[in-house]
Amino acid sequence: MPIDILMPALSPTMEKGNLTKWVKKEGDTVKSGDILAEIETDKATMEVEAVDEGVLGKILVAEGTQDVAVNTPIAVILGEGEDASAVSAPAAKPAESAAPAPSPTADAAPAPQAAVPSAVANPPTVSIQPDPEVPAGTEMVTMTVREALRDAMAEEMRRDGDVFVMGEEVAEYQGAYKITQGLLQEFGAKRVVDTPITEHGFAGMGVGAAMAGLKPIVEFMTFNFAMQAIDHLINSAAKTLYMSGGQIQCSIVFRGPNGAAARVGAQHSQDYAAWYSHIPGLKVVAPYTAADAKGLLKAAIRDPNPVIFLENEILYGHTFEVPKLDDYVLPIGKARIARSGKDVTLVSWSIGMTYALKAAEELAKQGIEAEVIDLRTIRPMDVPTIIESVKKTGRCVTVEEGWPQSGVGSEIVAQLMEKAFDYLDAPVLRVTGKDVPMPYAANLEKLALPSVAEVIEAVRAVTYR
Amino acid sequence: MAARKSTARTEAAPAGVPTFTKEQELLAYREMLLIRRFEEKAGQMYGMGLIGGFCHLYIGQEAVVIGMQMAMKQGDQVITGYRDHGHMLATGMESRGVMAELTGRRGGYSKGKGGSMHMFSIEKQFFGGHGIVGGQVSLGTGLGFANHYRDNGAVSVTYFGDGAANQGQVYESFNMAELWKLPVVYVIENNKYAMGTSVNRASAQTDFSKRGSSFNIPGEQVDGMDVRAVKAAGERALAFAREGKGPYILEMLTYRYRGHSMSDPAKYRSKEEVQKMRTEHDPIEQVRARLLEGGVTEDDLKKIDAEIREIVNDAADFATHDPEPDPSELYTDIVR
Ligand SMILES: Cc1ncc(C[n+]2csc(CCOP(=O)(O)OP(=O)(O)O)c2C)c(N)n1
Ligand SMILES: [Mg+2]
Repeated sequence: MPIDILMPALSPTMEKGNLTKWVKKEGDTVKSGDILAEIETDKATMEVEAVDEGVLGKILVAEGTQDVAVNTPIAVILGEGEDASAVSAPAAKPAESAAPAPSPTADAAPAPQAAVPSAVANPPTVSIQPDPEVPAGTEMVTMTVREALRDAMAEEMRRDGDVFVMGEEVAEYQGAYKITQGLLQEFGAKRVVDTPITEHGFAGMGVGAAMAGLKPIVEFMTFNFAMQAIDHLINSAAKTLYMSGGQIQCSIVFRGPNGAAARVGAQHSQDYAAWYSHIPGLKVVAPYTAADAKGLLKAAIRDPNPVIFLENEILYGHTFEVPKLDDYVLPIGKARIARSGKDVTLVSWSIGMTYALKAAEELAKQGIEAEVIDLRTIRPMDVPTIIESVKKTGRCVTVEEGWPQSGVGSEIVAQLMEKAFDYLDAPVLRVTGKDVPMPYAANLEKLALPSVAEVIEAVRAVTYR
Repeated sequence: MAARKSTARTEAAPAGVPTFTKEQELLAYREMLLIRRFEEKAGQMYGMGLIGGFCHLYIGQEAVVIGMQMAMKQGDQVITGYRDHGHMLATGMESRGVMAELTGRRGGYSKGKGGSMHMFSIEKQFFGGHGIVGGQVSLGTGLGFANHYRDNGAVSVTYFGDGAANQGQVYESFNMAELWKLPVVYVIENNKYAMGTSVNRASAQTDFSKRGSSFNIPGEQVDGMDVRAVKAAGERALAFAREGKGPYILEMLTYRYRGHSMSDPAKYRSKEEVQKMRTEHDPIEQVRARLLEGGVTEDDLKKIDAEIREIVNDAADFATHDPEPDPSELYTDIVR
């Protein structure tokens, strides 16, 4: 039986790629492991290796074809005694016009990428109100969160020779998630430092260097691995100013992707916002938009305190408008009204905003006007902005991917109970990740995360509709 | 070839690798080929979107786990990191259950809840599948502690990578293991890279067999592409640990052919380097060549190849059609 070679997915989020080159020609014999072709994704060029043995019977997608959908047959391998005339070649089409990629196992298989909740799979289409920090008439440029973070670091490194970046794969590999792309080339190996896999050690070194007056940016490949180092983040970084009676400050940024990624299981998928939020002496920032990522990372690098800067892997590729200003620095500790409304206040941050904004859009169609607050900083928390909104709406729902018990939402609820009880017309509800370790199976993972539907349901409950 | 403990120096591997009987060669060939074909299939299924997240293939390193397995005794435990599919197949875990875990289905070893990096089998004494680099080293030392406590004669075989070897907890574990003479064989799979970082860019001491020397733990460097050398070294190390002499380090010199995970473009090494390993040191090809030399025919091997393909295709088919876990599983197995 001729065997179809399908356009492979090379990452959990890849949907299409370019077929840049065929390494084998029609008629070539192929063995398992032979390189057949090269394909290109937004992040990298990769090789397609043969799994089956035989003869490359027919190439179905010519080299140079752009946007080939994952799972499109790109060639056919013939077994012994088969010939190419047996192959009825489907016309190769680029992704836009292609029928849904034929899945040989359509019955039982989840659709590829099913694990990425639909609310976050695509860049947000929802509109966000302009930031009052940005002067009217400022030119805006479109960029990804990834680029905004890189630009923030590059700008601060140009400005201050004491700023350096350190972490696993930050230099030669250009960042495991490509956030430090180009920094080694511009600033050299002295200031862009590849470390061994020794989180406890290099986090402590970072704190020591900060005690000596340098301004390290310590990248954790993901915040899951910062648990190896958390003692230094809390016991060394957060407490030194206090313990030294104000003599020794620790100006350091710990940054990296936080929260659930897609299908990476329990040890690689958790949200640490609440953990660090608990600690006096730390500032905790968790931006959603590219503009906030840039303005707040610059502020974090300049801040004289240790700042935990929580990014999100799924947001890295999302694009937003970023003001084109020479030095765009935002204040840490200030929330932003992302959408105005009078009926209910939704409070979220980071990727939680994707659920909140989508829900607000849906709710508007049902005649409920939600005000959406992007907290941006978890600690110090901008409680006054939340209270101002609740005075107007009388109702509040918090949205986060983290666990419910002692979560950031719990803190918001407590603050409102203490400071805004009289303005509330309904109990504050929390929409959170489920109280379970993150499962791997696509269907369970989806259930474990919050959803737009859950946000809408919570809003209907607090508005009694 | 007993290692001399007092000197704690690197033991030289014996000159001349021991030979295998034809049966041993055939066993090694079949077992290594199963891992190779299984991993190729997993890579393909990842490409089709049937497997998600990270997927770290073991292709190239097969001789390490098979040689060790051939040296181990019933009851010995195995623990490793996230590049774990080969270790599981080596312990005799079923291809179907491993593949179904990769696709996140209810027939997987962790009911679909663990994924590629987190599988376990108490029946086969396989203790995972761990995603935090270096984490398994303390855990594996703890398995050794339990063996010592129960005096059950079992040894914990604790695998980790050259990158993991730089984590602090490795040395905390080494110290305790030697201090309390725990039966642990530390198998360092030196495949020359930790993600995109070559060994010499991350390690001040690149001879990992010496990493236990300040604790007086003996170590050996082993040709991890030669299954016979692995088995022989494994036997020495296991015997040493089993006799109550304490831990032992085996540095396996090996190589991974594929990227770190599926989405690694592997720009940090040349194609020639990979090709040279594949053509000159492939662990399976070495056995294959010896088998053919020893009178086994191409047809005999083709038959084995076909059987292995059958097993792997069956596993893939099962893992594709097995249903996802029941939604109620979200809330099970959290606490007891
Ligand atoms: C504590 C921790 N830090 C970082 C990572 C990310 N990471 C996963 S594998 C890996 C490289 C490990 O290399 P090595 O130990 O040589 O094993 P190999 O992948 O070569 O088998 C890194 C940095 C992690 N999983 N855990
Ligand atoms: Mg390695």
